[in-house]
Amino acid sequence: MTSRISHPPAANWQRDSDGLILELSGDWKRDGPTVNITSAATKIAPTRYQVEKLGSYDSTLPAFILSLIRSATGYASAKDKPVPSLNGLPESLQGLLTLALSVPVEIAEQTALQHAPGILKLGNFTLQVWKSIHSLLDFTGQTIYALGRLFTGKAQFRTTDLWMVIQQCGVQALPIVSLISFLIGLILAFVGNVQLSNFGANLFVADLVGIAMVREMGVVMTAIIMSGRTGAAFAAFIGSMKVNEEIDALRTFGFSPFDFLVLPRLLALVLMMPILTIYANVVGILGGMLVGACVGIPPILYWTETLAAVDLTNSSLGVMKSVFFGAAIAICSCMEGLNAGTSSAAVGLATTRAVVASITMVIVLDSAFAAIFTLLNI
Amino acid sequence: MSYGPLVVMHDLNFEIQDKEIFVIMGGSGCGKSTLLRHLIGLQEPTKGSIHYGERNFTTSDPSERKSFSKRFGVMYQSGALWSSLTLGENISMPLEESAKISAKTVKELVSYKLSLVGLSGYEDYYPAQISGGMKKRAGIARAMALDPDILFLDEPGAGLDPLNSRRLDDLILRLRDSQGSTIIIVTHELASIFTIANQALFLDTATRTQGAVGNPNELRDHSANPTVRLFLNRGELPPRSHE
Repeated sequence: MTSRISHPPAANWQRDSDGLILELSGDWKRDGPTVNITSAATKIAPTRYQVEKLGSYDSTLPAFILSLIRSATGYASAKDKPVPSLNGLPESLQGLLTLALSVPVEIAEQTALQHAPGILKLGNFTLQVWKSIHSLLDFTGQTIYALGRLFTGKAQFRTTDLWMVIQQCGVQALPIVSLISFLIGLILAFVGNVQLSNFGANLFVADLVGIAMVREMGVVMTAIIMSGRTGAAFAAFIGSMKVNEEIDALRTFGFSPFDFLVLPRLLALVLMMPILTIYANVVGILGGMLVGACVGIPPILYWTETLAAVDLTNSSLGVMKSVFFGAAIAICSCMEGLNAGTSSAAVGLATTRAVVASITMVIVLDSAFAAIFTLLNI
Repeated sequence: MSYGPLVVMHDLNFEIQDKEIFVIMGGSGCGKSTLLRHLIGLQEPTKGSIHYGERNFTTSDPSERKSFSKRFGVMYQSGALWSSLTLGENISMPLEESAKISAKTVKELVSYKLSLVGLSGYEDYYPAQISGGMKKRAGIARAMALDPDILFLDEPGAGLDPLNSRRLDDLILRLRDSQGSTIIIVTHELASIFTIANQALFLDTATRTQGAVGNPNELRDHSANPTVRLFLNRGELPPRSHE
């Protein structure tokens, strides 16, 4: 059995009375050696090809010839120019190249911005930020309007959807909220105990954990969990509906996507966030109590100290904030879902943006609340 | 072929010759795409086997099957382009994975494959930026990236305008002639079937088995199965020719 010897591919320019001739030889294979081009490169397409010494070839050969023709002066964008000479090439190759050359090259415009000067990029970034703020305000306004429709009995949405979302962001979130809150209570107690025991005041660990949980940590951690878990799910769900044109179908039938998709999610989160926050506060305090028991604070004493430190004002601040956080998470995630593009990648991007926007909004709101409470001396 | 307890098709028995264009046709939901998934190894037949030449593809071990399937090029119904990559990257990724190829050659090959499907200059576009028909054509360009021995096309003409549909038929014929590829197409576009197919397999939805195999022109005029003649005559049943 004999195996055929492979010859390196070569393109040799020649000139005769007919004009430029390109002699092609060797085996043109994708995984073969690089093409050896002899004589100076030209900006003119050959008038004829010589293929007597041409061996086997795959798409590498027509791809090389196409590139050669396209790089010939002015050919790339010529709509009305005749197909250049393909004389001498095997008939099958001529057919494929004629097909490839029959449509002019599209000049991609979207790459222009990639090479834009810095000031233009800064301008575009500023416009994008402004557009995002405008979009958020617009969406919030539309949500308030939808709420108005709800309270006047004009909103159209299915109550079953509301119960489904309540289940999804309420009961089903309990395990992760329990774990994180318990661990946060545990960490606060550990850190507090290390410092306070220096002064023999480790009983005040109960005060530290209690106040920190009910004022800040309980609500903020619950909001962050809900942003990552429920907010992402909202954005992905609505984004997928956008990709499948389900939202267009809702609009076509005269249903408001706000009523159908945003309202149930907004209501569910606004209703569930305070409950989850209260639950997280209790679990966090229990976490602290466990550490207290380990360092010699009896649970009864710990509980009494907690009740003495945590008053109704402190407890209600966190719960009150949770309503706003719930609304912010619902608005950010639904907005990103509705603004998603129409590809599968766009759903992923929308989900990421929803989580980032929700967490950012929670932190911004929390800072605002902190400033307000300080001013009001609460 | 089945999905759990639901048998989609049974008693399929056909041969595809090397370097021919073979069309799998039939009504909507008859299992054309499912059959294609079986042929490329994405699904296992419940009974029976698929042979490529002497090789039993169904019983081959996974590594052997994986290496053999590198000879396949597949265009899925929706194009199935990787949305996070540009069209150029969609084509260059398999090329770069297959062998050590210079960047210049990869660029030339990408440009050539896109030109063949009428998408010259769209290298830097993302799938989300082009229309459904263009996605389909880009999917074909990607399927052709490695000059496959067997090219599988799932409904390539659906959603294309008449000019691009014609262009696609032309491309398929030229690919067979120039590269000697065997091309297996799932379609129910009659114009394309009569223009390009050497052989066609008709899947019968009612009986859940193959209705007929043969040259589409002959099936249209002489098939013993009236459903096949009805299908190929666009719902009109002319008397059967006995020539």
